[in-house]
Amino acid sequence: MAMTMTQKILAAHSGRESVQAGELILASLDLVLGNDITSPVAIKEFARLGRDSVFDRDKITMVMDHFAPNKDIKAAEQCKMCRDFCGEKDITHFYDVGQMGIEHALLPERGLVTAGNAVIGADSHTCTYGALGAFSTGVGSTDMACAMAIGKAWFKVPSAMRIVLTGKLRRHVSGKDVILHIIGKIGVDGALYKSMEFTGEGLSSLTMADRLCIANMAVEAGAKNGIFEVDGVTLAYLREHGAVEPAIYTADPGAEYDETLEIDLSAIEPTVAFPHLPENAKTFGEFSEIPIDQVVIGSCTNGRLEDLRAAAEIMRGKKCAKNVRVIVIPATQSIYLAAMEEGLLRTFIESGAVVSTPTCGPCLGGHMGILAAGERAVTTTNRNFVGRMGHVDSEVYLASPAVAAASAVTGRIASPWEVMSE
Amino acid sequence: MKYTGDVIKYGDNVDTDVIIPARYLNTSDHAELASHCMEDLDRTFVSRVKPGDIIAAGNNFGCGSSREHAPIAIKASGVSLVIAKSFARIFYRNAINIGLAIVECPEAAEAISEGDRVEADLDNGIIRDLTTGAEFRTAPFPEFIQTMIGNGGLVSSIANGAIK
Repeated sequence: MAMTMTQKILAAHSGRESVQAGELILASLDLVLGNDITSPVAIKEFARLGRDSVFDRDKITMVMDHFAPNKDIKAAEQCKMCRDFCGEKDITHFYDVGQMGIEHALLPERGLVTAGNAVIGADSHTCTYGALGAFSTGVGSTDMACAMAIGKAWFKVPSAMRIVLTGKLRRHVSGKDVILHIIGKIGVDGALYKSMEFTGEGLSSLTMADRLCIANMAVEAGAKNGIFEVDGVTLAYLREHGAVEPAIYTADPGAEYDETLEIDLSAIEPTVAFPHLPENAKTFGEFSEIPIDQVVIGSCTNGRLEDLRAAAEIMRGKKCAKNVRVIVIPATQSIYLAAMEEGLLRTFIESGAVVSTPTCGPCLGGHMGILAAGERAVTTTNRNFVGRMGHVDSEVYLASPAVAAASAVTGRIASPWEVMSE
Repeated sequence: MKYTGDVIKYGDNVDTDVIIPARYLNTSDHAELASHCMEDLDRTFVSRVKPGDIIAAGNNFGCGSSREHAPIAIKASGVSLVIAKSFARIFYRNAINIGLAIVECPEAAEAISEGDRVEADLDNGIIRDLTTGAEFRTAPFPEFIQTMIGNGGLVSSIANGAIK
């Protein structure tokens, strides 16, 4: 039976020759992830399992990123609960303030995920690691608790949508525009329960930052996972970050796909998702002047060094517009350091932006940039649901780092093509 | 399992940020989460929900975050069953894992109205709108999931050795 990339990884992790879409399987896991919001619930459930130890202390990771550095007393208690649990169970990969970054930027950077892995995380954007050729998906805290105990999780084997990429992105257009365009086309449940498998000759022109961003938002189309075919870019990234030896799975010829979507990268324009769903994608020319109050550049979607470079290129030598608060959040400590050494942080600060320590903070309306009623933000984050970044009457517009930067300096939702001459 | 209750109805894409806004994720206390359930979508929910009530909703119910706090808040608020045209996948597995009854039935989710009294017999795959008399069929859960539900959820299934 011909299988997709995802199905082959799931078969290999469940000791099976082959699996079929719709089957329920128990799969062994290479990594189990939690954060400071989801892990406390998992730790409580783990206690109910009556086990003294975890299945493998090297294959569990907890990252204190959502409400850390602790935003209030309750958040502090939640982080302490994770810290105590990881100390007691001697968990190898516990990342606290000082080492932590936003989980989905941190794990690839630390080489904790490699191609062919099966990974679950109690965070919906765990699908990010599909960019590395891994099967990786978000689950809940109970799944995390049980996986910490037995090293396995149950899955319904997904069918798949194939996305064939051709052409090459134009200047100031990035992975974020690609995924917003795709979600705009297929809708927020367009890939419900399915894998999104990215392939095609256009792949080679996409950087790892583009791919991580695209895979990150597969969940916003309802997908179980997004996965990229492994190529030279993937292998170079894995080597550079000291990941363990990859296992490369390619889709069988004749593998069944529910549908195939062809995307010409050279036709993608700077794209903005309007409130209150990521599927409300629009390109410039489809809307008139929209003034803004805040810009956020960061998150697991777009807080990588390439993202900060793209924003800094546009903001360099310019001032943030009057009455626009601009918040830049490098996703990890090493991205922060590199951005400092490259002078990007100076560019942001001189333009009037603030630069924050790594945190998920504003993306989910946690802290570090909450919106008041009636306020409007352009952000490089991943969700624009009602109340996502603060008051229920505030608005979030999702965009790339280049669009966010162009908006920061103009004070309205602006295209990088308009702000930059070339 | 059989469930009977009055229906509270919502539309498509009810996301986990409106089911339980992130500003309340600094706790995992069930009662506290329930006290903010649906707050950003329907401020009247908490005051009008009664034990046994049934939520009927459109497509992609529970989309967004993986927060288990969402099905926990719904369950702790007294809701006995969620009927939807479709569920977002993480919400779907979270609900099963924690023992919140859910069922996908596009026809029932479409036809049932706010305030209708509904009876659902999930073992036999029948949903009845007692107010209108309409009857709908649903597919039963696969055996693996029935075993998990029969053992009281994922944690109990592992604790008692049903899943290894």
